[in-house]
Amino acid sequence: MNALIKLFAVMRKELRQLRRDRITLFMIVGLPIGQIILFGYAINTDVRDLKSAVANEANTHLSRQFIAEMSETQVVEFTYSVETADDLERLLRSGKISIGVHIPPDFDRRVVDPRRAAAHLLVDGTDPTIVGIANQLAMMPVGFETTKLRPQRSLEVRPYYNPERRTAVNIVPGLIGIILTLTMILFTAVAIVRERERGNLELLINTPVSTSQLMVGKIVPYIAIGLVQVALIVGVGQLLFDVPLRGTMLELYIAAAFFISANLSLGLFISTVANTQFQAMQLTVFVLLPSILLSGFMFPFDGMPIAAQYIGEILPNTHFIRLTRGIMLRDASLIELGSELLVLAVFTVVAMTGAILRFSRRLD
Amino acid sequence: MPTQSEFAIQAKGLTKQFGKLIAVNHLDLDVPRAQIYGFLGPNGSGKSTTIRMLCGLLTPSDGSANVLGIDVPGDANILKPKIGYMTQKFSLYGDLTVHENLDFIADVYSFSRADKNSRIAELLAKYDLVDQKNQFAGTMSGGQKQRLALACAVLHRPELLLLDEPTSAVDPKSRRDFWARLFELADAGTTILVSTHYMDEAERCHRLAILDHGSKVADGPPAELQSSTGMSIVEVLADDPFAAQSAIETRPEIVSATQLGMRLRVLIPERFDKPLDIIRDALAKSGIEATAKLVPASLEDVFVAVTQKNTERSN
Repeated sequence: MNALIKLFAVMRKELRQLRRDRITLFMIVGLPIGQIILFGYAINTDVRDLKSAVANEANTHLSRQFIAEMSETQVVEFTYSVETADDLERLLRSGKISIGVHIPPDFDRRVVDPRRAAAHLLVDGTDPTIVGIANQLAMMPVGFETTKLRPQRSLEVRPYYNPERRTAVNIVPGLIGIILTLTMILFTAVAIVRERERGNLELLINTPVSTSQLMVGKIVPYIAIGLVQVALIVGVGQLLFDVPLRGTMLELYIAAAFFISANLSLGLFISTVANTQFQAMQLTVFVLLPSILLSGFMFPFDGMPIAAQYIGEILPNTHFIRLTRGIMLRDASLIELGSELLVLAVFTVVAMTGAILRFSRRLD
Repeated sequence: MPTQSEFAIQAKGLTKQFGKLIAVNHLDLDVPRAQIYGFLGPNGSGKSTTIRMLCGLLTPSDGSANVLGIDVPGDANILKPKIGYMTQKFSLYGDLTVHENLDFIADVYSFSRADKNSRIAELLAKYDLVDQKNQFAGTMSGGQKQRLALACAVLHRPELLLLDEPTSAVDPKSRRDFWARLFELADAGTTILVSTHYMDEAERCHRLAILDHGSKVADGPPAELQSSTGMSIVEVLADDPFAAQSAIETRPEIVSATQLGMRLRVLIPERFDKPLDIIRDALAKSGIEATAKLVPASLEDVFVAVTQKNTERSN
């Protein structure tokens, strides 16, 4: 009986404390609801509207009809129309499209020739899921009404950048982003909270250190640490899994520096919201899960519903994964990927400004 | 440039309200330069809140103050280089060494390399921390931590030191040494505002403000406060002090009767001209064996007297 009273005393105390911890309380409800919605929408193997381009060199009635039929499948969405196969390759490299449809000038003759593929599908092979979709697309019947039932594949799939379709090639560049998201946000998320918990902050805000000196001073050392982590992951990826680095290490480092800054700034912002280190960690997890699910790391970005894509576009990791896959696998230049860098820079400025504005140099 | 007033701090009607609680209630203060000014009061009397308002950490709900010629509330950033602040809780970095902590603070105050090294060496020697130079601050004793905190607070040679219960975690010997250092600083021209709830510390201050429930209830040099309590202090020596206390407290004239071991300290307002008779009468009626004599007021008596008045007033 006595033991039960003590047991209940501990339970009651625990619940009372929990009730007063608003962020934890929010996490109890918000984490499962938020994550199940994200999971549910993101896990969607029925991929639609992959960004695509077409180079119709034949420009015949039949080829146009073929393109229209492809469009109707809703698997591809033609956002560009270009002249040559080279143009398609350029779009692929810059990450603007996942699939390029090349229709050669002699398309009409190829259609009736069972030995030759009627057209080519140029596919971004960095994501094996997309290659799989392209293979299904290649089974699409093509031809004049009478020849439409050709049994063999009418289209030739040409996976670029990862012809062997090895998963590690796809995973490792994305993994850099996941690992950096976790470590970088966590490092800074606890940074201010820890000083507050230990009482250091009351002394610090009474010195002439300015808020921006404090904030920037707290993130710069971690940029270096993040770059070391990048070198480690890329090194191990090359050594054990033969993951290529087709671009230069410098380009990868520049992209990583932008990404790390964005994450550190977000961490600092979290640090000004959380009251305890525990809350800061919970908020980090809250950012980490969508960074894994909605960034294009696990599922093809284009295949996600629009709402999930909007959330994904806000996450730094989405842009960084596009950067790493572009630099490491497709040898895309930073200029071609400039828009992703720009988004990361804007994110950094916004999060940093938010952190500086939220950080009060007073105690009231 | 603000003009050199004779006061380091002047506050008028300084008030801080947290929700319904009035933590500091219309406080007027005049702290002369190069003196040690004490804030004496129990926990929750508004000492820390006042200090935090004076250094710009809290915004007053009402009233204003002038600290070293700078208006509060106002631009606290001009004030920061001129004041040193020692928080109630140890606020240096426990996972940095003594030297690293001092080095950090020196950089924060933009010391040049040469100045920094000589100043740190000077402070290590002065505050008896040479042997602990490479020790982690977190592993030091209470007294050592306190010396380090003071060294960091005075590193940039501030004109004004604000010390929030600096000796609450240290032994009596360390406290004595600490006060010797404070006097040294005051002699060199530093104004020191120190809060405490120790009577013996309060007695050492040049001037003293007694705070109770956010209000200033007395103000002046300790000796002056002791001689003007408006109370007669009677010391009663009894075999059964508890019974004596019960007997004495039946008399309506009594302000308070506090037990100190075998003795009782009884406060009776001066307007009753025969305090000893009142007490002896009360004791005799209850048949209690005890001796009573008049004694001079201690600071504790002052404290009891003024806080009692304050309670009566607010009731």
